[in-house]
Amino acid sequence: MKNFEGVLVVAEQGNGEIHRVTYELLNKGKVLSDSLKVEMDCLMLAGEGIAAEELNYRGADTVYYMKSKAFEIQEEYLFKSNIIRFIKKCKPEIVLMGATEFGRSLAPRIAAALRTGLTADCIDLRIDEEGRFIQVRPAFSDNILAHIRTVTYPQMSTVRYKEFGEAERDSSRKVNIVEVKPYVDKYDGTRIIKLLSDEEADITEAEIIVAGGRGIRRKEDLKILEELAAEMGGVVGASRALVDAGMISSTRQVGYSGNRVKPRVYVACGISGAPQHLAGMKESGSIIAINSDPSAPIFNICDIGYVGDLYEIVPKLIKAIGKGRERI
Amino acid sequence: MEIVVLIKEVPDMDRVKFNMEKGVVDRSSAEAEINPFDMNALQTAVDLKKECTANVIALTMGPPRAEKSLRDAYSRGADKGILLTDRNFGGSDTFATSRILAAAIQKINSYDLIICGEKSVDGDTAQVGAEVAEFLDIPHTYYVERITGIYESEIEVVTSKICGRKQVRRIKLPALIGVTKNINMPKLPTLRRKLESLEIKVEKLGLDDLKGYLTEEETGFKGSPTRVSKIEIPKASYRKSRIFRNDPDGFIKAFNAESRC
Repeated sequence: MKNFEGVLVVAEQGNGEIHRVTYELLNKGKVLSDSLKVEMDCLMLAGEGIAAEELNYRGADTVYYMKSKAFEIQEEYLFKSNIIRFIKKCKPEIVLMGATEFGRSLAPRIAAALRTGLTADCIDLRIDEEGRFIQVRPAFSDNILAHIRTVTYPQMSTVRYKEFGEAERDSSRKVNIVEVKPYVDKYDGTRIIKLLSDEEADITEAEIIVAGGRGIRRKEDLKILEELAAEMGGVVGASRALVDAGMISSTRQVGYSGNRVKPRVYVACGISGAPQHLAGMKESGSIIAINSDPSAPIFNICDIGYVGDLYEIVPKLIKAIGKGRERI
Repeated sequence: MEIVVLIKEVPDMDRVKFNMEKGVVDRSSAEAEINPFDMNALQTAVDLKKECTANVIALTMGPPRAEKSLRDAYSRGADKGILLTDRNFGGSDTFATSRILAAAIQKINSYDLIICGEKSVDGDTAQVGAEVAEFLDIPHTYYVERITGIYESEIEVVTSKICGRKQVRRIKLPALIGVTKNINMPKLPTLRRKLESLEIKVEKLGLDDLKGYLTEEETGFKGSPTRVSKIEIPKASYRKSRIFRNDPDGFIKAFNAESRC
């Protein structure tokens, strides 16, 4: 007999704000809790002053707000110590967390501590005809999709960011926030002594990415991509070739071993489209490819493509966009 | 300092083939090699030898042939290889694998630092490191980009962004760190080490050797809380692929339309 019931979403927050992956989890969590006819609750560990009612507006029946200044900085051991105690008490059958950097690091600790299974980086979650929870995740560099069931409770999954839409906000929903006292608010095994702010644009959050590959001959030539990106309001990315050649920082690398991106528009300039690269950008809204080699695999997965010299066409694009803007 | 590097043997991802009909991975289609991300973990350990007196153990779980990867690890600078191999271990998911690795580390007993790579190229879960740390009840930090200090009982590291900011962490030893690809550039083995690696003895541990740390029920399929119920090949997403040749103006027009929608 299982005595676990309900769906629990573990919210993620940072810098005083709720991370948007939380709303995506609430969206999917609601579908699951509706088909199981159970409640969906949300647990948030955070410092003072986060608008927790937002989690109710996005569909959580009850929001458990565990407050401590210690939770303003993300550290796995302390978060785990509190979350496992909460889960042992409220016994949800399903626990969902975001597959963000912190989530991917924290969730396995929680699962191991609870002696339960965890499925990482899910891209779909559903309840089958027999009422069983099915978790779908890519493996082998996105070449296969595995359907996974967990035979222990709670069944835990981390969910890939930007895979599901956000739960719609409805501010007429009942606000139901329960404050929970932290079980522990200190851990001295890991001390975070400094936070470094990084001015560099976060490529995973970019709406538009102009990426360069082997077709870029010299470091200085990246300028034309920067110009195109600036005209479009985007940022510059790169394939592994450029990173390995030392032409650009690896924080800009798109691909399986770099960043997985999902911008509205992805412009691939001089990128042939190795599977390694495609795994990192094939989910983009629009894919535009420019390559001099007509047999480049990137042309098979693009929306529009141009066979020709990027050194000729990119400046023309920059000019055309500039002109278009003048007219407006 | 005793350092344990966790290594996974994976198929060469550039060559491995997938049986589209059955939805399985044809492991015979490509040679097994050390997971590329683990190369950075190994290099991190080997580099630490320059900072302090360190003994580096490469630890892996797999079939007997995985011995080859441990010889490779030796040729790249590890001092010793330990292979966890037993019929009972087959079919282990990340949870059971972590438990077996943790049991072996407990058996090794003296360890200060455990290093793993960011993830594996085949499973891509990035779960094993944190789970091992939890089974050993030691702190862990993932995404380590730089080690900035090694002290008597602590290590200082810089992570890549976690919730938008890089963290400088001081972690009490023993601890586990997961390193990123950016921490170093793995070096090629020297010919001398390569030749030596053919002669070294790789220690093999099975379930019986881990008595007191691990039970049969905790290993393999029985010890695994997750089950793969189905494998499918993802449908290729369809895109219109309108290709322009010798028509820059047509392309520019399409480009403008496409990038605005």
